[in-house]
Amino acid sequence: MAENTTVGQLKEMLVRLYHDNKTSIDANVGEGIRSVRGKALGDFEKLGIPTRKVEAYRYTNLEKVFAEDYNAEFSAERFKVDLREIFKCEIPELDTHVVLVLNGFYYHDNKITGLPEGVIITSLAQASVSHPGIFNAHYGKYVNTEEDSLAALNSFFAQDGVFVYIPEHVKIDKPVQIINLCFSYKNLRITRRNLIVAEKGSELHVIVCDHTLCRRKYLSNSLTEIYTGANAKTEYSKVQNENNLSAQLSNTYIHQEADSKVVSNILSLHGGFIRNNIFVKLNGERAENHTYGLFISDSNQHISNYTSVLHAKPYCNSNQLFKGILSENATGAFNGKIYVGKDAQKTLAYQKNNNILLSPSARMNSKPQLEIYADDVKCSHGATAGQLDEDALFYLRSRGIREAEARFLLMYAFANDVISNIGTRHLRDRIIDLVDKRLRGKLSKCNECEIHCGN
Amino acid sequence: MLNIEDLIVEIDGKQILKGINLTVNAGEVHAIMGPNGGGKSTLATILAGRDLFDVTNGKVTYMGENLLEMSPEERAHKGIFLCFQYPVEIPGVTMVNFLKTAINEQRAYHNLEPLSASDFLKLLREKQELVGMHSNLTNRSVNEGFSGGEKKKNEIFQMAMLEPKLAILDETDSGLDIDALKVVANGVNNLKNKDNATIVITHYQRLLDYIIPDFVHVLYKGRIVKSSGKELALELEEKGYDWIESETKK
Repeated sequence: MAENTTVGQLKEMLVRLYHDNKTSIDANVGEGIRSVRGKALGDFEKLGIPTRKVEAYRYTNLEKVFAEDYNAEFSAERFKVDLREIFKCEIPELDTHVVLVLNGFYYHDNKITGLPEGVIITSLAQASVSHPGIFNAHYGKYVNTEEDSLAALNSFFAQDGVFVYIPEHVKIDKPVQIINLCFSYKNLRITRRNLIVAEKGSELHVIVCDHTLCRRKYLSNSLTEIYTGANAKTEYSKVQNENNLSAQLSNTYIHQEADSKVVSNILSLHGGFIRNNIFVKLNGERAENHTYGLFISDSNQHISNYTSVLHAKPYCNSNQLFKGILSENATGAFNGKIYVGKDAQKTLAYQKNNNILLSPSARMNSKPQLEIYADDVKCSHGATAGQLDEDALFYLRSRGIREAEARFLLMYAFANDVISNIGTRHLRDRIIDLVDKRLRGKLSKCNECEIHCGN
Repeated sequence: MLNIEDLIVEIDGKQILKGINLTVNAGEVHAIMGPNGGGKSTLATILAGRDLFDVTNGKVTYMGENLLEMSPEERAHKGIFLCFQYPVEIPGVTMVNFLKTAINEQRAYHNLEPLSASDFLKLLREKQELVGMHSNLTNRSVNEGFSGGEKKKNEIFQMAMLEPKLAILDETDSGLDIDALKVVANGVNNLKNKDNATIVITHYQRLLDYIIPDFVHVLYKGRIVKSSGKELALELEEKGYDWIESETKK
């Protein structure tokens, strides 16, 4: 794409791409997925690619990302090798139901066994055809494509991803681990769509790991809808670990009913450009949401988190904590919104964003946004950006701890505030290990996969 | 062991220490007393290696080497230990991790293998016993949520773990009740031997009832204006710091 391509031209290109490939895009999907496309397309045409004039994207330059050249695949590529051989998740003790997704498509040879009765883990496309009842009741219901154009864009291109269904009162002990892999011979535009439905009284932990397996440019736009029914508990952990050429746009929509609890951990360990949009709607009384985020960035990486927590009903609690460590020329942004509707009395809503800037050229923009229409609520927010505590640094050094190690200990302690909230011990240990490597500069490879792509 | 010669220290162009001379030998306990603002803490901090100050004159040799050229960690490796007047809270860094790192960094400096987990725990328990620190440290962050007394005990405990050659206690007695004071003093006395030395910086004579100094120095307006045996502490207690002022005017 030429340097001076305008956002308008990029938008037209995307719309044309859709029309030209409509037959392939619609080939394997059910009515549920197809039926939302028209509205989403219309919304996208209205909204366009968000420029920095759009408040929510003020500190995130998407134009640059979209202007890159990418190819698009509208059917699943089949490699002759077994993906499980190429990619091995390095958490040996972590016993999970592994679901591989390749370039946005559910891997044809996923082997998932031993699920409790009634639990469904399958491809999104498959579920839209085989379980239209459950599927259509939830798909697209928690996303507002009028509000966000990335969601709109995802919704008309959506073809595949993962569908997880946990019936009422079922507790699934092993976490479901979705591993998104990018692996191709050319630069690729990827769309992923997941739907997770956790019915009343159920318990589920979903782990999503994002990896690039080769040194190509990727622009992925993924969207996950999570429905957590009354009294249900859902833990959602996302680990982003992609190469420096990749751009990841990740949209998560969480819908909670009464007395439900959702804990999300968004861990951005590596990636060229990452934008996380997290929308939470507390739609039942006494629902509880904890959204934690940690990002570590260097070189010219850009990581931006946008959250929107909507308190629609009374007696709900929400708590957001996002922490960032930026070095070299990294830039970051946090935009956190708390919206308390007029009926949401007795709301408790907290938000905190702390950042450490390790170099003078690193930059962080933090913007809290509170909109409160109820009068009996407790809400607070706070943001900080600073350097490591010099007094603490001296204290550690005065005990014989070398400066580099002392710095590491302080950064690690800073990050641990977020990591300690991961409920699954083996995952937590693994994240501790990854953060450790990342902070020591040893995680120059985007992961420890067999293919050392050099990124 | 330590030799300070005509040390002049400034901060933001203001002279804090105006020519300090002090010699400390192995086996000795030195008390440095004096009113607030006299430069006691600055001296302690300079010896530990904080670079908030400008040394404009003088030299400090420690075991024959130029101390002022060493990083704080190098000083610690060579046996200098500062008991902080205000121990720093470090949320998220556990005591165990902190001590293990400190011990092993020191061992690495002396070309020793890191302590095994069990040896480390053994040492930890032994030293906790020695200084009467009975709280469970496993899940606690460094100084976080510690009471004033606990923080000071924790300093002595770290000192016991690291076994310094030259310990500098900066107002370790301030804010302590008599029981805590005894614990701190016992800790120091238990660690004392003929090869190490202690500098006790204090405002009050009280601590010196428990830690008996060989020498007492009065640091006043950036200078050591009086040095004598332990009886000087009692004299000071009796006559107050006004007496020093009138003495120095003579």
